[in-house]
Amino acid sequence: MAKVLIIAEQRDGRLKKSTFELIGASHAAGNETHVALLGESIAGLAQELADYGAQKIHVGDHTGLKFYTSEAYAKVLLPMIQSLSPGIILASHTPTGRDLMPRLAAQLNVGLASDCTQLSFAGEQIQVRRPVYAGKATVEVEFLGAGPRMATVRPNAIGIPKPDSTKQAEVISLTVALGTPVTRVVEVIKGTSARPDVTEASIVISGGRSLKNAENFKLLEDTADVVGGAVGASRAAVDAGYRPHRDQVGQTGKVVSPSLYVACGISGAIQHLAGMRTSKIIVAINTDPEAPIFQVADYGVVGDLFTVVPLLQEELKKIRDH
Amino acid sequence: MNIYVCIKQVPDTETKIKLTSDQTGIDVTGIKWIISPYDELAIEEGLRLRDKNPGSTVTVLSAGPARVVEAMRNALAMGADSAIHVDLPENADNNWVAKSLAGALKKESKVDVIFTGKEAIDDGAAQVSQLIAQYLDISYVTVVLGAEYTATSVKCKREIEGGSFEIVESNFPVLIAAQKGLNEPRYASLPNIMKAKKKEVKALKASDVGTSEGDQKIRYKNFQLPPPKQVGKKITGDPATQAKELVRLLHEEAKVV
Repeated sequence: MAKVLIIAEQRDGRLKKSTFELIGASHAAGNETHVALLGESIAGLAQELADYGAQKIHVGDHTGLKFYTSEAYAKVLLPMIQSLSPGIILASHTPTGRDLMPRLAAQLNVGLASDCTQLSFAGEQIQVRRPVYAGKATVEVEFLGAGPRMATVRPNAIGIPKPDSTKQAEVISLTVALGTPVTRVVEVIKGTSARPDVTEASIVISGGRSLKNAENFKLLEDTADVVGGAVGASRAAVDAGYRPHRDQVGQTGKVVSPSLYVACGISGAIQHLAGMRTSKIIVAINTDPEAPIFQVADYGVVGDLFTVVPLLQEELKKIRDH
Repeated sequence: MNIYVCIKQVPDTETKIKLTSDQTGIDVTGIKWIISPYDELAIEEGLRLRDKNPGSTVTVLSAGPARVVEAMRNALAMGADSAIHVDLPENADNNWVAKSLAGALKKESKVDVIFTGKEAIDDGAAQVSQLIAQYLDISYVTVVLGAEYTATSVKCKREIEGGSFEIVESNFPVLIAAQKGLNEPRYASLPNIMKAKKKEVKALKASDVGTSEGDQKIRYKNFQLPPPKQVGKKITGDPATQAKELVRLLHEEAKVV
């Protein structure tokens, strides 16, 4: 059993599912599970963290923490970590977690295993495996020297446990002294899409160049909306200007690991496969029966996406409305 | 302005990865090495900033085995003024690399802006940028796809999740980690490729920048290729039957919808 600190993540007062994954895994392994929660007016989120197994919740509630900056977060977290002295520190490999954790690792003079897709606890240690070459291979990470052990974990890699609202946690207030910041978030430009991020969604529906134009991606968007999914794209589709780069799945885009990945009209270039092959279930829809994507697909449909996807959308609606 | 760009040499994205027989690394035989694509954006941004500020210089740095000098020659051919190579073993980890690059930067008289790629496409750890900044005790902004500079500060457009962005302001010195969209990197022209051969590449050892093997904090071991996927099910029939059967399997067998 170890003393584990999980750095919770919230945006606009909503906790990330990936935070629940980490808490659930630590709790299930019988660890003493601490959670750090920073932000402005976020104390009300503590119970939700407790529902997933957090035992002690360290809350830093301050107007200077309204927006994440590594500078402000580290100022609050470093002294807290030094006094708590956890054996293991975990965060999600998200835009916030991946930005923050190296700073803390350098300040604590320890190593960090990034973007892990497998995590298990063994006494005071963690065992982690992570993809390299965007998933063309995986490696085990050996930590050298003294702890704490630090890792960021890819969203969706663990799975979310069932919450239990009868669970209780102790809430501890953190001292927040920020001084004059060097980095400041001066504006937030909100995405117009209500869809989840391609790296966080549990279902991703992706399209390739065969979609022919940007407008045709509406077919995939409408299908994704039936199941609360995100829309991804191949590099060819992004290079053709059909989708923004932030939706690109592959070695030079996002690496995703959803429960379900549906590749529509994507041939399966090696650099695309690298970005999605850790998905739990892969569906390929393609007119070319020899397309490499079928080699990694759990379910293959040889057919024209413009015929198959609308039918698929109707069938998914039936399941949803059932 | 004194501008620095830290780059990494990585296998080309089309590379088929093979492991060494003892599974302690990858077989580098025949690999085509390139500058990590996000680092090309970093180089381009450095060059553009220099050209808008007469009297500025761009110095490119890389830490790794002798082969990485080739990547720096390419950066010099794009237009960088000089280069610094810190000789480290092939498998030096993010921490050792970052501390060594920071050590080399500390020897410079003044650092205004450091550019990096948001991550290297080989190990994809997205650590070295932040580590360098922390070891220099300066601020950083990562995943940047737009930047407006003044003489002493920068406003960065930083990509966060869900198609949203933050505008992050920071004073110099600052490290900026580039995301696709920041610019379109130029190609090196032939005359510049020739000129690059004559530009200075300063050679440093780990001991020159105050690091040693003890700065290695993690090691990758037990490399594995992804397990071959079992041959999937081909769903046949007319499109309506295919769609119905697919959703039935996703619902009842895979339980993902």
